[in-house]
Amino acid sequence: MYFTISSSFIGLKNMLLSNDKNANFEIFEILRMTSFFANVGRIFLNFLQGTGHLIIFINQTITMGIRPPYYSRQILKQIINIGYFSLPVVGLTAMFTGMVLALQSYTGFARFSAEGAVATVVVLSITRELAPVLAGLMVAGRIGAAIAAELGTMRVTEQIDALSTLSTDPLQYLVMPRVIAGIFTLPLLVLVADIIGVFGGYLVSIYKLGFNPGNYLHQTLQYLKAIDVISGLIKASVFGFCISIMGCYHGYYSKGGAQGVGSATTNAVVSSSILILIFNYLLTAVFFDK
Amino acid sequence: MTKHKLPRIILKNVHKSFGSKKVLQGLDLEILPGESLVIIGGSGTGKSVMLKCILGLIQADKGSIQIDQKEIINASRSDLDKIRHKISMLFQGSALFDSLPVWENISFSLLQEKKMHRIQARSYAIEKLASVGLPEEVADLYPAELSGGMQRRVALARAIAPKPEILFFDEPTTGLDPIMGGIINDLIRASVDDLGATAITITHDMASAKKIADRIAMIYEGKIVWQGDVTSIEKTDNPYVQQFIHGRTQGPIKVDVK
Repeated sequence: MYFTISSSFIGLKNMLLSNDKNANFEIFEILRMTSFFANVGRIFLNFLQGTGHLIIFINQTITMGIRPPYYSRQILKQIINIGYFSLPVVGLTAMFTGMVLALQSYTGFARFSAEGAVATVVVLSITRELAPVLAGLMVAGRIGAAIAAELGTMRVTEQIDALSTLSTDPLQYLVMPRVIAGIFTLPLLVLVADIIGVFGGYLVSIYKLGFNPGNYLHQTLQYLKAIDVISGLIKASVFGFCISIMGCYHGYYSKGGAQGVGSATTNAVVSSSILILIFNYLLTAVFFDK
Repeated sequence: MTKHKLPRIILKNVHKSFGSKKVLQGLDLEILPGESLVIIGGSGTGKSVMLKCILGLIQADKGSIQIDQKEIINASRSDLDKIRHKISMLFQGSALFDSLPVWENISFSLLQEKKMHRIQARSYAIEKLASVGLPEEVADLYPAELSGGMQRRVALARAIAPKPEILFFDEPTTGLDPIMGGIINDLIRASVDDLGATAITITHDMASAKKIADRIAMIYEGKIVWQGDVTSIEKTDNPYVQQFIHGRTQGPIKVDVK
């Protein structure tokens, strides 16, 4: 192997020393290709290493988290932070999504005289897809970033080390309460988003598109099944886990001062947003695939 | 006087590297019960890494670290927890919890671990604040509202609150003015004497070292190059110590300024 590599380098050196234009072009091509493959390999290895590290972190969090002590005050604080304080942003998102959905589906369905399906389309789209995904993405931006920044700052200012010296496990005290809060509050947020989103659609349909309120409500409930709402809530729970664990993971292992905390925050938001979209597809396939 | 006592903390041939950078390279050290040892040495010589290895926050690569005859390296989590119950540490940047008021910072271990009632814990924290010369009003402030010197005093109060048997101080006077540094030094010495604790302090500051120490050790390139009684540091002809305490640029200590 060594001889192959060294003979390749000798070959490259000879080609470089020659003034042949074709030879130089070949060298650039070889270097371009090798650096391309090296970069692909490096990215793949980093991805595998990162995934392994994340799985170990999740395993440690769950192993430590199920053991006492349980920090109920911390859990409550995080539930308020993640759930209660996210209500305005999630509510507004749901409201405008429901409104635009009613408007868009009406103008679309009007082309083939199917305006009557607006209520059903709004309620199914909101409960199955839009409320969990949009609430998840909004919370990823608001909470995922905040968790990563807080834990990252605690890491670089040695507060996490200080916790350990005070006989408190950082995974139990910092990570587990956030993960529990994420898993249990996201479904509640999505339930609220479902109601507000449908209400947004209702407002536009009644006051702008001229639907009859009784008929609209009847159609909203007529085709709605429990699984439509439940699947959205289960998705929300999974998204809550993704957001909190990615925020904690990137914050917990951040290094390099302010720049490191900044990178941790960005990585937390990007990775949790991507995971939300991936798990959304997978869960949709599980619930509704024929 | 203390020669017959068994050492409380023993480090034998401790090695620690980060990638290709060797930080600790066969460090040997013993600390007797009730002794206040100050470790001096330049930046990047492995002082903080040594403390973190003793605490088990960083895993040493090789060697042995024992506290009360219990091995730290590769110790189980529960064994490490038992050992950490005996130890408190004052961090270089104070490392106070930003999200908690001062009194909760001080009573943190009492609230979380000993499940002390919050009213009782607050009174205890105020008592500890008074012992570091801070008024009751400070108790309800957040760390960000305090000056650097006040933060360091609060951190000291937090360190002594659980009445630890072993205390670590990581550069306790760095970033403070000489007067505040002197106050912190006096408080550290008084706290160590009151608790009868075994203490390790790491510092660059010779005034601080002389005030706090019973014994001083000097670390260079991850090894102890000199150790002796606090009174003997001025008399030693050890070239490392001489260069360090007089701040000479010429000598065996090479400073990489590239």
